[in-house]
Amino acid sequence: MATPTMDKVEAEAAASSHLITVTFRIRRFNPEISADAVWEDFQLEIDPKERVLDGLHKIKWDLDGTLTFRRSCAHGICGSDAMRINGKNRLACKTLIKDINPAKPITVEPIKGLTVLKDLVVDMEPFFQAYRDVMPFLVTTGNEPTRERLQSPEDRERFDDTTKCILCAACTSSCPVFWNDGQYFGPAAIVNAHRFIFDSRDEAGEQRLEILNDKDGVWRCRTTFNCTDACPRGIEVTKAIQEVKRALITRRF
Amino acid sequence: MSTDTTVTKSGGSGVGPVEDVALYDVDHPAPLIEAPRKRTSKTPRATRGNFEMAAWLFMRLSGVVLVVLVITHLLIQLVLDGGVSKIGFAFVAGRWASPFWQVWDLLMLWLAMLHGANGLRTVINDYAERPNTRLWLKGLLYTATVFTILLGTLVIFTFDPNIR
Repeated sequence: MATPTMDKVEAEAAASSHLITVTFRIRRFNPEISADAVWEDFQLEIDPKERVLDGLHKIKWDLDGTLTFRRSCAHGICGSDAMRINGKNRLACKTLIKDINPAKPITVEPIKGLTVLKDLVVDMEPFFQAYRDVMPFLVTTGNEPTRERLQSPEDRERFDDTTKCILCAACTSSCPVFWNDGQYFGPAAIVNAHRFIFDSRDEAGEQRLEILNDKDGVWRCRTTFNCTDACPRGIEVTKAIQEVKRALITRRF
Repeated sequence: MSTDTTVTKSGGSGVGPVEDVALYDVDHPAPLIEAPRKRTSKTPRATRGNFEMAAWLFMRLSGVVLVVLVITHLLIQLVLDGGVSKIGFAFVAGRWASPFWQVWDLLMLWLAMLHGANGLRTVINDYAERPNTRLWLKGLLYTATVFTILLGTLVIFTFDPNIR
């Protein structure tokens, strides 16, 4: 029979013992200090069941307030905090410390292929430019109906996978073709085109296919599956790109 | 917190005032590295057309045909009926006496050369970063391809078994 006091002490001991020491190795870049990016190590005590984003918060709030990164909702929906963690594009808010071998330093870098503005913040403009180019909105002709545009469950299912995209750029910035040449539309833009091309309510599918028939469109895809591996929403990105290719061929011949 | 690399910070301890002068500050930030060929208003618009689609289709179709052509070719040349030791001028002359093998070899030459050339073209597009490098590598590639195809075709059509 333990006294309440002992209970509390034991609880405290248990609470502190599950913390582990983790090294965060973060790629820092500040154009107001240096033209070069450097690695900086931070050591902190953290619960392995916490996320990488919690670690970044601890660093920014307790250790070094100059650390700069994007995050908005912190729950895997807004797509702000895509970064390269241990060499793989992930959302910092969906990656648990225990899942990425905390015994070794955890490397955190900005996503590749886009201009780094500061620390982990990149210029997303080329990414969103490609997104805007595929016209990611419903295009119809004729009078607007007075009620919803109805669709059968099968027709909805056709493009269900690609509606999950949160525009985090994890796929596009994992694509080696995009790294070399910012001109490639990139997986994310093609996924969002796919979402409307295969929507039975939309009428501009042919126009979008023509846009993606560009020299830097779907034909630059090398099916390396980096995008499918990187997608934090589990979208089968490469499959979607292949379906657009197939549509381009079968709708013409 | 520990640093494994030196981070220049103003007012660093043990650094003299002269060495401490930072190259960049708030008013003079370091130049950012532009994204390669970032899409701007000056980028030429729309390079659409069906060439890339045709090239992509050609790679798939020629690949399938080449598997049959090349494996049969290798079997005949290297494995069946005495293997490689039987190959000589007479053996080649004997095969090219038949229009069937002439067409076979011609098809193999064209498909293999165009398939390989298109593959290298995409490799150059993916890896050559400067426009000039691209231009020269592609020029070299196309020259070599055209030369090999023309020479091979010439040999197949003008082959004379009685040459001395």
